[in-house]
Amino acid sequence: MNALAIAVDNAPWQRRWRRFRRNRTALSGLYVLVALIVFSLAAAPLEALLGIDANNADLLSRFDGRSATNWLGHDELGRDVLIRLMYGGQVSLGVGIAATLLGAVIGISIGLAAGYFGGNLDALLMRFTDGIIALPLLPLLIVLAAIDLTKLGFSADFARSSAASFYRIVLIIALIDWTRIARLVRASTLSIREREFVLAARVSGAGTVRILLRSVLPNVIAPIIVACSQVLGSVILFEAVLSFLGFGIAPPTPSWGNMLNNAQELVATAPMLAIYPGLLIFITVIAVNFIGDGLQDAFDPRAE
Amino acid sequence: MFFLRRLLGMAIVLLAMSFVVYGLIGLMPGDPIDLMVMSNPGITAADADRLRALYSLDEPLVTRYGHWLIAALQGDFGFSRVYAQPVLDIIGPALWQTTKLVALTLVISSILATALGILSALRPGGKIDTLVSFISFAGISLPSFWLALILILTFAVWLGWLPASGMGRPGEEGFLGNARFLILPVTTLVIANIGGVTRYARSALIETLRMDFIRTARAKGAREPRVVLRHGVPNALSSVITVIGMNFGTLFSGALITETMFAQRGLGKTIYDAILGNDYNLALVALLFATFATLIGNLLADLACAWLDPRISVI
Repeated sequence: MNALAIAVDNAPWQRRWRRFRRNRTALSGLYVLVALIVFSLAAAPLEALLGIDANNADLLSRFDGRSATNWLGHDELGRDVLIRLMYGGQVSLGVGIAATLLGAVIGISIGLAAGYFGGNLDALLMRFTDGIIALPLLPLLIVLAAIDLTKLGFSADFARSSAASFYRIVLIIALIDWTRIARLVRASTLSIREREFVLAARVSGAGTVRILLRSVLPNVIAPIIVACSQVLGSVILFEAVLSFLGFGIAPPTPSWGNMLNNAQELVATAPMLAIYPGLLIFITVIAVNFIGDGLQDAFDPRAE
Repeated sequence: MFFLRRLLGMAIVLLAMSFVVYGLIGLMPGDPIDLMVMSNPGITAADADRLRALYSLDEPLVTRYGHWLIAALQGDFGFSRVYAQPVLDIIGPALWQTTKLVALTLVISSILATALGILSALRPGGKIDTLVSFISFAGISLPSFWLALILILTFAVWLGWLPASGMGRPGEEGFLGNARFLILPVTTLVIANIGGVTRYARSALIETLRMDFIRTARAKGAREPRVVLRHGVPNALSSVITVIGMNFGTLFSGALITETMFAQRGLGKTIYDAILGNDYNLALVALLFATFATLIGNLLADLACAWLDPRISVI
């Protein structure tokens, strides 16, 4: 491809990025999110630097205040609060991104199928999607999270592990967060499939899968990105509340949600333990939502 | 016709939901017979098998679900394992408690959200609009269980103005005394709910104010407040109500959180406690009632829309 072709190819993305950059709240949301990711990833280096072990319970230093090596003090088991917040960020952001991407795969498949094939399949899939949207999702997630993995044939060791609780929560949130993505992909696919280049691909003998992946999918990427950014915030909130209620990430692995597990009983004695993790969830989700709003404006076809 | 199809759709959703949840509950920790054996060491393995046969627990899933469904359709939803009461006796008061919470939240948040939406739609991009938009984003982004914690910390622990949890004792502290217990839960739920509705109210009203009949109203010489309140708001209201209707499921999820945080025996907390306590029949039936209430809420919102906006026909 020569330079001109590449320039033409990238033009819409450059325009979108320019429009996104002009949106001050969206841009600051992006900065905050990047800062939070750096904060979370700095957990292990900082732990090594300060020479402490954040998973090490030390009952003699319960609720001890700040010190040179424990910048935010100790929690109810004498563990370092700051390092656990940083590791918790890795888990919360990790669950959020993984569950959003997995939900996107489900939503894209359902949206493409409904929009491209139309007819009864479309009607059935969209009824199903609307049915899921109408349900009270949190109690349903709790039911899904309470399933005993050993009854599904997993070993008892795996079922109790933190890794299992991570995979499980990603999977069950993905099972319910795909609906918005599916609807947007369907709507875009409906208009794309009538376009000449899809007809051209069909006439030249391309199979259905090839048309869907090579002709339709690249043209619905923009709404997918917008939808994902808007779903991510609610996914992070679902992880937080499930972990808080004891159905998410299993302790001792910290997540911002399960760090608040004991906060309710301790709220009078150690209020800061209740304030830090919730504040981080709030800042993350509001940053993500600002980014999502900015992306929606930047990708709006009416602005092109 | 539309109405009948909606009712049919609701029946299908409830049926599918009951089957899926019934199946999932078979996968939960703790077999009911094992629990009996644990609490009574006198039960032998042979007794356990006899009990299993007595309760039809040795039959395949579909057969057991069939038995459950036939009984349920006749109004027999079975017993709660923990409370040793018919589940309906537990769900009735819980449903009432949740209805109070949700109804109050709906009324307050709809009024507030519509007012905030009007304020920001009057001057899109202005100072008030920016402020309201920030408040809406904050409302959407707040983890509501944490908001509940902060409210407890502020108003119950530090200021001591309001009770931290519980529902009060009926008849003892009077209506107002008991209403105090609802203030913090309703506040939590309103803040969590208001952001989404405000944003829809704002965009619906901005859209409406661009229409031709608004220009006509202005051209006739109607004053701006009358144009907005008499011509704009009623036309934007139907889409606001649609959003409120679509949000019933989310609202119920929020009710589960606030009821748990403030120790109020509503439907959400009943489901949560039932799953924690292996009381699976109660969890199943309570979840179905919650779904049913949500679907009824959606339907009522659609009917309200049709009543407000004659262009939409439902019957």
